[in-house]
Amino acid sequence: MRPSVLEHGYGVGPKLLFRLIRLMSGRPAPDAAKITFYRPDFYGAHVKKLTQEAMRGPSAWSVGDRELMAAYVSQLNACPFCVGAHTATAARAYNDPERVAAVLADLDSAPIAEGLRATLRMLGTLTREGTLTAGDVRTVLSAGVSPAQVEDALAVGFAFNTTDRLANAFAFEVLSEEGFEAGAAYLLKRGYK
Amino acid sequence: MAAEDTKRWLHQRLVDRIRQGPGQAPAEQRRAAFDNAELPEPLRALLDKVATRSAQVSDADFAAATQAGYTDDQLFELVICAAVGESSRQYEAGLAALAEATDGPEAR
Repeated sequence: MRPSVLEHGYGVGPKLLFRLIRLMSGRPAPDAAKITFYRPDFYGAHVKKLTQEAMRGPSAWSVGDRELMAAYVSQLNACPFCVGAHTATAARAYNDPERVAAVLADLDSAPIAEGLRATLRMLGTLTREGTLTAGDVRTVLSAGVSPAQVEDALAVGFAFNTTDRLANAFAFEVLSEEGFEAGAAYLLKRGYK
Repeated sequence: MAAEDTKRWLHQRLVDRIRQGPGQAPAEQRRAAFDNAELPEPLRALLDKVATRSAQVSDADFAAATQAGYTDDQLFELVICAAVGESSRQYEAGLAALAEATDGPEAR
C-alpha cells in the first residue's frame, strides 16, 4: 500500500492480529481489513460501523442484493480490488455466480427482478454523474421499490464510493481468486465489524 | 425508518470526525480536501484524482506530495477526506432526490 506507513506503521496489537490471521488462514490479511486498523479512531472504527449497518443491518434488500450493488458500483469506479471482493461475496450469498456475472456484463439483459435492475441503474447514474434527479428516483419507485429501499441502496453506494476511492488511491493489493473466495466466506460469516 | 436514521447518523459522525476531530493535517486543510476546493499544488493534483478518477492515482502523485513536505499521516487523512467528501456529496444528492420524489422526507 501507499503511502508506506500503511504497510509498516501499525502498533503491536494490529501486528499481532495480522500474524494471527496469516497463521490461521494461511493468507495475509487483505489490505481492506488492514487499513481499518491504521489509526482506527480517525476512520476505521467509524467506517466499519456504517458499512456493517449498510451491508448487514435491517433492510428489505438481501445481503446478496447489497453485495451485488457494491460490486456494480465498484465496477463503475474501476476498482479491481473491490470488484473482485464483492463479486465473490455476492456470488456466494446468492449461491449463483452466473447471475452476478450477467449483471456486471450487461445490466439490461441480466436475469434479475426489475426493482433491483432499476436500483442498480440509479446507483450507476449517481456514480457516473455525481448526482440524481427526483425523476431518476421516481423511475425506481415506479418499479415497485420502496423509499426505504432507495435510501438503503444509497447508503451502500456511499460505502463503496468511499472504499473504491481508497482502494485505488492507497493501492490495495488485488488478491488471487482463492484469496477473494476466502474473503467472501469471511464477510458472509462475520460481516464488516 | 429507524434503520435509515441510524445510517444517516453514522455517516454524519464519520464526516464530523474526519473534518473537525484531532488530526495531523490542519482541520482547514482537511475541509478543503473534503470539498475538493482551494487546494495548493501538488495536493490538488492528488486529491482531485482521488475524488473524480481514483483509478488514475499514481505513485508519482504521492511522491510529489511527499516532496512538498506532507507526511504519510497527513496524506492518509487528506486522501480519506477527499474520498469521503465526494461520496458524501453523491449520498446527499441522492437523499435530496429521494425527498423530492416522495414529496418530503416524511412521506414514507
